[in-house]
Amino acid sequence: MTGDKQDLLLKIEGLHKRFGDNLVLKGASLDVPRGALVTVLGQSGAGKSVLLKCLADVIQPDSGEISFDGHSLGGADAAGRAEFRRRCSYLFQSNALFDSLTALENVALPLEQTTDLKDEEVLDRSMEALKQLELDAHCDRYPSQLSGGMQKRLALARAIVTRPELVLFDEPTAGLDPLRRNAVFTMIAKYQRQFGFTALVVTHDVPEALIASDRVALLDKGSMCFQGTPGEFAASSDPVVQGFRDSEAALGHTLASIRRGETIQSDDS
Amino acid sequence: MVRSVGRQTLSIVQSLGDFTLFTAHSFRAAVGSRKLGRRVLRAVFEQGVRCLPVILVVGVFTGLVLGLQGYYVLSRFGSQSLLGTLVSLSIVRELGPVLAALMLVGQAGSALAAELGIQRNSEQIAALETMGVSSHAYLVAPRLIAALLVYPMQTALFCCVGLYGGSLSGSMLLGLEPGVYWSAVERAVESRDMRECMAKALTFGLLTIAVCSYHGFNAHRCRSGTGARAVSASTTRAVVQSSIIVLAADYIITSFLI
Repeated sequence: MTGDKQDLLLKIEGLHKRFGDNLVLKGASLDVPRGALVTVLGQSGAGKSVLLKCLADVIQPDSGEISFDGHSLGGADAAGRAEFRRRCSYLFQSNALFDSLTALENVALPLEQTTDLKDEEVLDRSMEALKQLELDAHCDRYPSQLSGGMQKRLALARAIVTRPELVLFDEPTAGLDPLRRNAVFTMIAKYQRQFGFTALVVTHDVPEALIASDRVALLDKGSMCFQGTPGEFAASSDPVVQGFRDSEAALGHTLASIRRGETIQSDDS
Repeated sequence: MVRSVGRQTLSIVQSLGDFTLFTAHSFRAAVGSRKLGRRVLRAVFEQGVRCLPVILVVGVFTGLVLGLQGYYVLSRFGSQSLLGTLVSLSIVRELGPVLAALMLVGQAGSALAAELGIQRNSEQIAALETMGVSSHAYLVAPRLIAALLVYPMQTALFCCVGLYGGSLSGSMLLGLEPGVYWSAVERAVESRDMRECMAKALTFGLLTIAVCSYHGFNAHRCRSGTGARAVSASTTRAVVQSSIIVLAADYIITSFLI
């Protein structure tokens, strides 16, 4: 993946967003090449979800520029925004599935409401999406009757059923154990290649992100302090990148020091 | 003191404006919304069929009590034959639309506010917006349209059952001739009374379901809490405000139509 300007599907420049006195995004910029799996890393509260919600048009940024396929979203009219939403899907951290609808009805919902497809076509495409994510046997079940992993796959089926070009993943592995984290990242990478969409994932799981992603960015205190390949991230000498990347090793050193009875200097002090 | 009153007034005016825009936007969004008919049917089922038992029970007991009280009051003047007039005009012009609306607020309105509040909390409404689906058209408009159909029907049913309840009291329990009761009903109720009844039912339906939708939809803006507490607070506010609005609107409509 080259990341050349002409290959960019999404370009974010100088995004600012404030909630009251809290400036969450301070000029965040990001390039997302077409067809790539890009992961935005960052600590909790760094502004990752806010960045994604600005991209999904759920939150309006205070300033900055978002360009999708060369067209600015800020200056787009209602039709332009509708076109962007048709080409983009969002996978919520909580999955945001409709609990009063069955798995099939959840997947069919965006097709029913945003396309002029006939009922039979909607059913066929929804079942096809469920089959691709190995959920066709559970099409009549409600989300509450599915396991956590199945709900995640159902949310992905709903996200890809409209055949979007860009899928935004908001902390898809939050609260999962290491095995399930691996399974979710495998699922994202597998279907991203299978369906050919561009994926933008925000997470704080470094090892999985480095293995699965084509490009990695690090959001720190509202601005992007690193963008590059996983290899460049692993080799970076930037202290913020190092601190984030080597947090597990640092924890090991700290715990070893505690066991030896040494005095630990806290970061908070 | 003056500043506080001014702030409160501005807040009320702002909320009223916001509510009006919310309702207007919901109706506007319904134009061209796909599969709207199906969602209206589902809303008719939720508001209509599920509320049927409570309407029937409250209607018949209202008629029974009115018949009983009316009979003893009228018997003081030797005018028991006017029981049908008293019961029918009380129910058709006032009690029918008001009590039916209050029952629907308690049953369907509270459920609607809680459902929308939970959907807001669990990001289902945000999910609709990210899909390019208007949440107003998908969630609110069908409920408003259904209210315009269901409230008049439920009110008519309430009135019929209430009149029958009055007949049970007067004729079967207290010995008034059924023919005397029903002929008094026939003489008393005019078409303008029916029109007033339906006008009230339509107005209450639109206002109460809009208020309940508004509070549920905006549960995240609730100042008294977040999460489950916000849903509970917005549902309570929806029911209380709807009930007050029914009574206030009843007075205003009656004062114009009487």
